[in-house]
Amino acid sequence: MKKSVFVGALATAGVIAGAAFAQMDDSDSTLAAVQDAGVLKCGVNSGLTGFAAPDANGRWEGFDVAVCRAVAAAVLSDPEAVEFVPTTPKTRFTALASGEVDLLVRNTTWTLTRDVDLKFTFLGVNYYDGQGFIVPKALGVSSAKELDGATVCIQTGTTTELNLADFFRVNNISYEPVPIETNAEAQQQYLAGACDTYTTDASGLAATRASFENPGDHAILPEIISKEPLGPLVRHGDDEWADIVRWTLNALIAAEEFGITSTNIEELANGTDNPEINRILGTEGTMGEMLGLDAEWAMRAIMAEGNYGEIFEKNIGESTPIGLARGLNAQWTDGGLLYAPPFR
Amino acid sequence: MTTVTQPEGRSFRLSMLIYDSRYRSATIQIVALIGFLLLIGWLVSNTAQNLATLGKSVGFGFLGEPAGYDINQRLLDYDSRDTHARAGLIGLLNTLLVAVAGCVLATIVGVIVGVLRLSNNWLVARLMTVYVEMFRNVPVLLWIVFSMAILIETLPPPSAFRGDEPSASMLVGDSVALTNRGIYVPEPLFGRVDEEGNALSWRQGLGDVHLFGDSWIRFDVSLELIVILATLIAGIMVSGLIKTRADRIQNATGLRPTTWYWRAGVIIVPTAIVLWLMGFYLGKPELRGFNFGGGTHLRNSFIALWLALSLYTAAFIAEIVRGGILAISKGQTEAAAALGIRPRRIMSLVILPQALRVIIPPLISQYLNLTKNSSLAIAVGYMDLTGTLMGITLNQTGRELEAVMMTMLIYLGISLLISAGMNVYNNSVKLKER
Repeated sequence: MKKSVFVGALATAGVIAGAAFAQMDDSDSTLAAVQDAGVLKCGVNSGLTGFAAPDANGRWEGFDVAVCRAVAAAVLSDPEAVEFVPTTPKTRFTALASGEVDLLVRNTTWTLTRDVDLKFTFLGVNYYDGQGFIVPKALGVSSAKELDGATVCIQTGTTTELNLADFFRVNNISYEPVPIETNAEAQQQYLAGACDTYTTDASGLAATRASFENPGDHAILPEIISKEPLGPLVRHGDDEWADIVRWTLNALIAAEEFGITSTNIEELANGTDNPEINRILGTEGTMGEMLGLDAEWAMRAIMAEGNYGEIFEKNIGESTPIGLARGLNAQWTDGGLLYAPPFR
Repeated sequence: MTTVTQPEGRSFRLSMLIYDSRYRSATIQIVALIGFLLLIGWLVSNTAQNLATLGKSVGFGFLGEPAGYDINQRLLDYDSRDTHARAGLIGLLNTLLVAVAGCVLATIVGVIVGVLRLSNNWLVARLMTVYVEMFRNVPVLLWIVFSMAILIETLPPPSAFRGDEPSASMLVGDSVALTNRGIYVPEPLFGRVDEEGNALSWRQGLGDVHLFGDSWIRFDVSLELIVILATLIAGIMVSGLIKTRADRIQNATGLRPTTWYWRAGVIIVPTAIVLWLMGFYLGKPELRGFNFGGGTHLRNSFIALWLALSLYTAAFIAEIVRGGILAISKGQTEAAAALGIRPRRIMSLVILPQALRVIIPPLISQYLNLTKNSSLAIAVGYMDLTGTLMGITLNQTGRELEAVMMTMLIYLGISLLISAGMNVYNNSVKLKER
């Protein structure tokens, strides 16, 4: 009897030890790991229309999802070779740090603490956002500064939580925070009147409002109380992988600037007079090789879902129910902040 | 002549460690212990090594940094500039609040249901069975979310109380408001003041004492509360003296003097006088801005969590109580009945005191379960320890290891304290063997 217990204990210990060892050796190269697995594990929002949400057929669609697909196309030559991992604001960093996902594209604000202290690398900005408030028009509020004493629904574990505390503190007005785990619960409480206002990134508010029964009854207040540059991020310490994602995003932005679209890309790939277009599309220079990929990596990335402008229009642009204007997210040539460094 | 075969020398061979039953168990234990220690050592070194690879250091300095976030339900004063340690303390107090309130309600409901389940009344007994089976066979998380959904969807928002013809109205003489943001009840206040803070009467409250200055464990003690508690305790002690005297008279003469009005009077009258002297009044909640102001706000996250946890645990406690009562032989009931004791008194004087020694040990684990289940609070946004220290603090500082370990240690501490306290009580009610 004693012996069998002992043997059992040994076996258990062995299994635990084996499992722990198996998790250890993934610090080498994310690129190699992704190519070996043949699938890119991409952390996304657990459901925010326009940014990342499964459509009626269960296929993930959205602005953030398109970045995942572009990276998969560049690295694996297949925009569908993505395993989407839905994450909440609280689980996203643990998922990335532990290697559960290779890349996190989940409207995540680039901050110093996250970049430096949490040991992540932000790879640019795919959406310049800011925190706003949505209120029912019946409340009769036209400015966030009139929200003294209001009950505010807020997603817990986000930078918006800290901005909110600072905003009310600076303006010397009080509020009652109602912490909530997901966007869907926030929507339920807000619509039931359990909170007067819901606050999150303005893009998220627009997306949430689009899914309401009567979007017209709700207004987004004019105050934008914070800077929220949202972008993709990876773990510290694998600069080659970081470079690939960073330049895939830059390729999407540059493609819009140079007029490369998913419709004319085949034609342009035969060679053009513009050397920069040629370098992006791999007909000139060795940029793919430098990144550890083949020459047509950027071409595949752009073909996946189109260039930045096409992705924007298709998922969150003015023709969609979400109806976001380009605003800060226009090309620098159009007065926006999008500015891809040169492909040279 | 006898031949004495000398037993072979007591030479010790290594194989005896396994094949000799005298040594075997010790060998196995030592090997298992070494293996266990190696496993722990390996886990620690692996963690340290992985953290070093990630470039993270283990440190608790973050506890002294400003938290930066707000907490809605706080038993002590707190604002977003306070430290993470303070935020954790606020969360801990919220955990304790819901755990204590939950244990109390669960015990009351559980005992009543457990006794009623044994009732001779068919309908009552069956209703209680339905309650028990319904609550203990559905996960508690669902009950928590369900309670919250009911509170949010069925109760009116504060705006429904506004206007000339409001669709909702306050209860109990305009002093209690049921809204989908929680329940507002009157709060006890002392010493009326006007808007400039000048006293409106000579009857004044005593104010607060501030302890621990500005540190993270600072708290205020209300002097009124201390005075009231002191008065109550004194009243109860005097009441005890009256009872002792009544017992003495009963033992001597066989007649018990009627003392209940004396005993109630010495508790109630002095307390009422003290309250009047300190200018006690109830602050009623009233519509102010977007919400009700004044009064005490019982948030619906607290109510949902409290009710769900209590009713869920009460179903288990009911079964424990029922088992405890059934463990007492029927002869006890019959003997008590033969002495002419009425059924209700048989329960409280004969059955329950004996059943307690069967009930207490499993009851302890139900209290522990309730306390630990309270960590599901985040499902309804109740800011308990899991919501502050292991939730927002962890998320904003990225100190997973430290935050999770601290939270585990705190829960362990709470559980051990509950166990210790209940064991003391168990020792006092268990069968005295003389």
